[in-house]
Amino acid sequence: MDCNHVFEFKFKRLFVVFALFSAFLLNSLSSSAQENGSTEQPDTAVVERMVPIAIPIEAVADDNATEEKFNPTQVIMEHIGDSHVWHLWGHTSLPLPVILYIPGQGLEMFSSGGFHHGEDDVVGKYNTYRLVHDKIKVVNAGEVDEAASEKVLDFSITKNVASMFLAIAILLIVFGSMAKAYKKREGKGPRGIQSLLEPFVLFIRDDIAKPNIGHKYAKFMPYLLTLFFFIWVNNILGLIPIFPGAANVTGNIALTFVLAMGTLLIVNLNGNKYYWKHILVPDVPWWLYPIMIPVELIGIISKPFALMVRLFANITAGHIIVLSLISLIFIFKTLAIAPVSVAFVMFMYVLELLVAFLQAFIFTLLTALFIGMAVDEHH
Amino acid sequence: MELVTPSIGLVFWTTVAFVGVLLLLKKFAWAPILLAIKSREDSIDEALNKAELAKNEMARLTSENEDLLKQARAERDEILKEAKILKDNIVNEARVSAQQEGAKLIEKARIEIENQKKAALIELKGQVSTLSLDIAERVLGNQLADKAKQEELVSGLLKDVKLN
Repeated sequence: MDCNHVFEFKFKRLFVVFALFSAFLLNSLSSSAQENGSTEQPDTAVVERMVPIAIPIEAVADDNATEEKFNPTQVIMEHIGDSHVWHLWGHTSLPLPVILYIPGQGLEMFSSGGFHHGEDDVVGKYNTYRLVHDKIKVVNAGEVDEAASEKVLDFSITKNVASMFLAIAILLIVFGSMAKAYKKREGKGPRGIQSLLEPFVLFIRDDIAKPNIGHKYAKFMPYLLTLFFFIWVNNILGLIPIFPGAANVTGNIALTFVLAMGTLLIVNLNGNKYYWKHILVPDVPWWLYPIMIPVELIGIISKPFALMVRLFANITAGHIIVLSLISLIFIFKTLAIAPVSVAFVMFMYVLELLVAFLQAFIFTLLTALFIGMAVDEHH
Repeated sequence: MELVTPSIGLVFWTTVAFVGVLLLLKKFAWAPILLAIKSREDSIDEALNKAELAKNEMARLTSENEDLLKQARAERDEILKEAKILKDNIVNEARVSAQQEGAKLIEKARIEIENQKKAALIELKGQVSTLSLDIAERVLGNQLADKAKQEELVSGLLKDVKLN
């Protein structure tokens, strides 16, 4: 694909950034070790903890016992995970509605404010609930009942859901007013929000849909446009570090799973006879069918699977890098490192803004490509 | 592992929200926006085509004007040429007629002169005869005495007169 150079560019830049960064890190580590030989042991422990995903959640739980110690893994995992409260500032959080469905019992609804950050249990209609690491668990006689907790289906409006609703509200308001402007200024040139967003709409139509899908593009335009702007707005909201953003929506596998599922359905429901013939009766000698047909069937799944993982991994990785850089200040417990951290974070933010657009673009482009392959008539 | 396990709640809400926003935007945003862009593009295309047609029409008219101008110029040249020929003819005719007129006048004058000369000659002859008679009278008065001499004289006089 012709986007390869973009990835190469990104990787090169990232490589340079990390080379510089690790050089600086080693230098400061060795200097601090020389100053105080006895601190060598904790420092290496810190460095080990710098690799965030390598440490399982259970280990984090143990570390949590000592409150004084700063634990970047926990902070980062908390951020990129989901939450039942939306943190505003300091100890203030926005409580979000908890909606639980317990098969055989029914729906349960209450505010997450009742948990008081996991300090209190909430007595519901059917059970008593406790918040353990932002997971709702059923409590039986003062103990967490894991077997009962497994059964509870959590349909709560979590931070990610709320942030996604915010993104949807933004989309509806922005594009609703844009559509209104088109009606009001019919036949005239674009102005204001029209001129801001029309290039993107045209970009999706002329550079994504038309070349990849062909003359049947019009039918898929609403899906592609919604997909692109939905991912983009959510990516951007995720980059805002304070209240209206701060959720890792597009870096959550559940959301990317749904989007990839949408693409899977759209592609396969619109697949024509050539598409299915290519999968079920490929142009190979008959004795290769036992290999080819399973491969083609896996291909149906693997394409959206790649979409799902690509978006999830890119956005999550971006968040982890930014948070790791910020965490350095607290790991070293010195302000001296702050300018370096901030400089790198600023660089990463600019890069993430590009990635936010790029990932939305790639998801949409590949969706258009797969649709194009499914509706192609020329064989 | 938790990171890569989709949670049922978020899957549910994302599905609901995405399908909802897809349908809402499709009806209230994408359809009117795409339609408006399409119709604007069509009208721009149409306007450009019309402009092209107008340009061609303009070029056609210009070349037509050019032709007309050329034709008019040729006609003017033709007319001028004809006028020149006409003028030359008139001048020639005038000259010829003037010459003829002059010749006629000259002829008349010549005849007049001839007539006058003849008249003068006749008058001269008369005067000569009168003079001769006078002379003869005088000579006769002197020489009538001699007859022979008389005759000789008369014949000699007549001979001289005939010369005129």
